[in-house]
Amino acid sequence: MSRTREGAGVPLPLLLPAALGTAFLVLPMVGLLVRAPWSDIGPALAAPEVGQALRLSLVCATLATLLSLVLGVPLAWVLARSRIRGRSALRALVTVPLVLPPVVGGVALFTVLGRNGFIGSWLNEAFGITIPFTTTAVVIAETFVAMPFLVISVEGALRAADTRFEDVAATLGAGRWTTFRRITLPLVAPGIAAGAVLCWARALGEFGATITFAGNYPGTTQTMPLAVYLALQDDPEAAIVLSLVLLAVSLATLLLLRDRWLGRSGAPGA
Amino acid sequence: MRARLALVAVPLLALAACTGSSASTDAAPSADAEPTGTVTVFAAASLTDVFTELGQQLEDQHPGLDVQFNFAGSSALAAQIEQGAPADIFASADEAPMTRVTEAGLAGDPELFASNRLVLAFPLDNPGDIRQPDTAGIPSLAQYLDHDLVLAVCAPEVPCGVAAAEVLERVGLSDAPDTFEDDVRGVLTKVELGEVDAGLVYWTDFQTARDTLGAYTFREAEAARNRYPVAVLDDAPNPRAAQAFVDLLLSDEGQQVLSDAAFFEP
Repeated sequence: MSRTREGAGVPLPLLLPAALGTAFLVLPMVGLLVRAPWSDIGPALAAPEVGQALRLSLVCATLATLLSLVLGVPLAWVLARSRIRGRSALRALVTVPLVLPPVVGGVALFTVLGRNGFIGSWLNEAFGITIPFTTTAVVIAETFVAMPFLVISVEGALRAADTRFEDVAATLGAGRWTTFRRITLPLVAPGIAAGAVLCWARALGEFGATITFAGNYPGTTQTMPLAVYLALQDDPEAAIVLSLVLLAVSLATLLLLRDRWLGRSGAPGA
Repeated sequence: MRARLALVAVPLLALAACTGSSASTDAAPSADAEPTGTVTVFAAASLTDVFTELGQQLEDQHPGLDVQFNFAGSSALAAQIEQGAPADIFASADEAPMTRVTEAGLAGDPELFASNRLVLAFPLDNPGDIRQPDTAGIPSLAQYLDHDLVLAVCAPEVPCGVAAAEVLERVGLSDAPDTFEDDVRGVLTKVELGEVDAGLVYWTDFQTARDTLGAYTFREAEAARNRYPVAVLDDAPNPRAAQAFVDLLLSDEGQQVLSDAAFFEP
């Protein structure tokens, strides 16, 4: 094999499982494409309910990602850099939503923010605010499920980052906050971006916590995954069409972002 | 979910039972042979308790027989059967999913064996303060509901949602619901958690939650009641045992089990 293209010679023990892995991940999507009633896709896209669900999905997933960034990056920093006691217990606690079945997560959110929850009942009595069955509830449910993905990625990036830059900044007189802002954040920006993409993708696909905590109402809480699941009940073809719409939009968004933010960093030497 | 954990366990067990049931053994096709082997019943989630009991009875009568269940939403089951799931019997909570299966040429004429109707269930502490109206006869749903109540119903894609949409339309309150749940258990959960003021659920589902919920009947429910059809599938791996199950279901004994669980006659 010629050496002109770096890494072109993949060792066989890696190539075979990699090919199997690719087939395993890609074939179900090929199946969707093959089964899709293509002529129905145009009308489905034009249907107001589909546009509504799609818009709601994108808006809520994006808000959930922003909320996760605001809360999750500082949390990741605490997990990676601080020396507070019980850090590993804290890490285990905040990643619990990763293993919790999302439906259980939805019930758990009720116990805190529901009408009878210990914060929710206070919000209701003091301000007349109820969270369940609102778009806010969708964002909260998605954030609850998706933020751990961001925290884990950013924490990993922080641990892998070279702390000598921060040490130098400190010796030059920068405070910890300035060091975080001017040195640490730019250093781990690719890790934050990757975590945000992961978080956004997870939020976009969220089903269980959303239907439990936010319910399902067209226009306010019915996101695409909910619409797909319900369509599957009586019209599997419509469900496939909706799935493809969601798939296409999420792929397009991710590719676009990749070009914008990650494109160059992914290609060594470019 | 909820006290919901217990309810979630039911479909999970059904799923476990389902995955273990694919190896159906054919009964020997002789005229007076006992039903033996495995028979796989795909049944609406609302039938979970009664069918489990009937299955146990049938197994007691025929020691060589193993009755397996897959309980889920009727529409989802119809879809699984259309995709070639190895079922012997399909019992649906409404006629529409059964029609999908018969029109696909997968089963002959179904028989109706029970019916069910909606009630308005509410948490015992009654956060929406829903009161029995002071009128003679069975009140209308309109006398209980208004737009300020937080109301959960099933989504129109599933049988309980078809019935819910019908009764709400009759009283001009189609826009009253605040959430359309994917199945009746979802509605029940939200009422049990007290997160909604009321929910439209089946009378039989309310029976399973009597300790924590109250319920009102209303007169539109009768016209919107849903009938349960059952059919042996044409490709049933074990047609003899399947017929034995259907016979038991339609017998006086089977009908008694259904009425004990508060199902109505078809």
